[in-house]
Amino acid sequence: MTAELRSAAAPHAEREAVQASRSTRRRVLPPRLVNPLLGAAGLLVFGLAGELLPALGVVRPQDLPPTSAVLSALVGMLGDATLWQAIYDTLYVWALGLTLSSAAGIALGLVIGQLPPVRRATASLIEILRPIPSVALIPLVVLLFGPRYESALVLVVYAAFWQVLVQTIYGAADVDPVVMATARSYRLSLWRRVTTVIWPSALPFVMTGIRLAATVALVLTVTAQLLIGTPGIGKAIALAESAGATDRLYALVIVTGLLGVAVNTGIRIAERHLLRWHNSTRTERGA
Amino acid sequence: MRRSRLTVVGNAVALPLLLAVLWWVASADSESIYFPSLQKILGAFPETWLDDGWGSSIIVDGVPSVARLAIGFASAALIAVALGTAIGLHPRLRAFVEPVLELVRAIPGPVLVPVVSLFAGIGDGMKVAVITLGALWPILLNTIDGVRGVDPVMTETARSYHLSRPRRLIALVLPAASPQIFAGMRQGLSVGIILMVISEMFAATNGLGFSVVQFQRNFALPEMWTGIIVLGTLGLLASLVLQFAETRVLRWYTGLRAADHES
Repeated sequence: MTAELRSAAAPHAEREAVQASRSTRRRVLPPRLVNPLLGAAGLLVFGLAGELLPALGVVRPQDLPPTSAVLSALVGMLGDATLWQAIYDTLYVWALGLTLSSAAGIALGLVIGQLPPVRRATASLIEILRPIPSVALIPLVVLLFGPRYESALVLVVYAAFWQVLVQTIYGAADVDPVVMATARSYRLSLWRRVTTVIWPSALPFVMTGIRLAATVALVLTVTAQLLIGTPGIGKAIALAESAGATDRLYALVIVTGLLGVAVNTGIRIAERHLLRWHNSTRTERGA
Repeated sequence: MRRSRLTVVGNAVALPLLLAVLWWVASADSESIYFPSLQKILGAFPETWLDDGWGSSIIVDGVPSVARLAIGFASAALIAVALGTAIGLHPRLRAFVEPVLELVRAIPGPVLVPVVSLFAGIGDGMKVAVITLGALWPILLNTIDGVRGVDPVMTETARSYHLSRPRRLIALVLPAASPQIFAGMRQGLSVGIILMVISEMFAATNGLGFSVVQFQRNFALPEMWTGIIVLGTLGLLASLVLQFAETRVLRWYTGLRAADHES
């Protein structure tokens, strides 16, 4: 998590990998078995580096407490209701923001993507508004809402909306013209065309947008908590920092990482489930 | 069907202009303190940012911000491409670091601000380090993917021609991965800008993020709005610069894609 830590872990990583590859050549284990073992070894080395660096005096223990101290702080917090409340608050804003921005992004994106004149007219506006960092709005939401969850929600929705919108536009514009013409010649109603032709062919793009938006939404949820003090894990981190409780600080950082992993995995599973009919899923190699 | 240049320009300008006019008109006699009229905001702009020549805020606060962003983003790109190429080329190494990468990259960047400030204090080093650490992951993951996706036939061909390792890297692997690397850089840049602003809001004595928060704390609302406009413009300019670099570097790729489409 820190520059020192990672640079220290890298040479280990290389050596381990070489050793492991040698040993597997002897025993001929399938990669399906070897890779998780290697991964576990990687986590172990990472944790060990975190334990040894402060112990050997490379970094000060008050800057980077040993892994054991961080893990015991983490275990201690697991029994504490405030951690679960913070996780709940974080996920609540994240999910609400993601839902709102996805709904708006998909609806607008389908319309814009399907109508070339609208697409041409809105392209420049989207290119202007999209790169505006949503954190620029922090001072405004602080004045409008203060440390309430609405502050976080505004930032999350603004940032996540563009991700979904842009991908949906690509998707809706990418519909196979032959399929579209066929649907027209069968005189499918507009609604049927949207649900049976446009939506399925845009869906892979939409899911990519939602996946990007999910990450961005989590980043901004935590940002608002950290800087504005809306309730959640970010606020707990700010409190731990001002209390000088670095073991708790690192434990909470790990919690946000695990939360991020959970969000990524959840979205990936949902994507695979929704797109199980799609070529990209069906031909995917188990890499 | 070639559209005339005039229509293209018209299309690009019409809607933004219309919205700006709408904002102007709708806010013209705004009584709200939080949403001052656009006229007031634009009126406050010159004295807030441009007065005093070299001592103006746009120089005093803008230059440190842009420098932090540029140094942080450039180091992120260099480290990520180097590491990503190494990891992408070695399957065992990839299996070894993958769970750690999954965990570390899932940590939302802003959380790094308090962590890095433990080591680096609250100076410029902290800000650059935060930007680097945050922008690193999207570039790294995309580089790994891009390097893994190099056409195996080309790799075999390069091997059979006995291209040296560095030649193979420069002539084959990196160009083949570059479209993915640029996609990662685009994501990394927006993360970098977010982190630049946040780290300056967290603790700083200068910088765009710092001055915008100062305006807010002093209830200088029109000035705060000018700050939001400046930050937005910076985001826009940064993405334009990257886009320009991308079209230059990837000219062969877009050409290839266009040819593929035609055939």
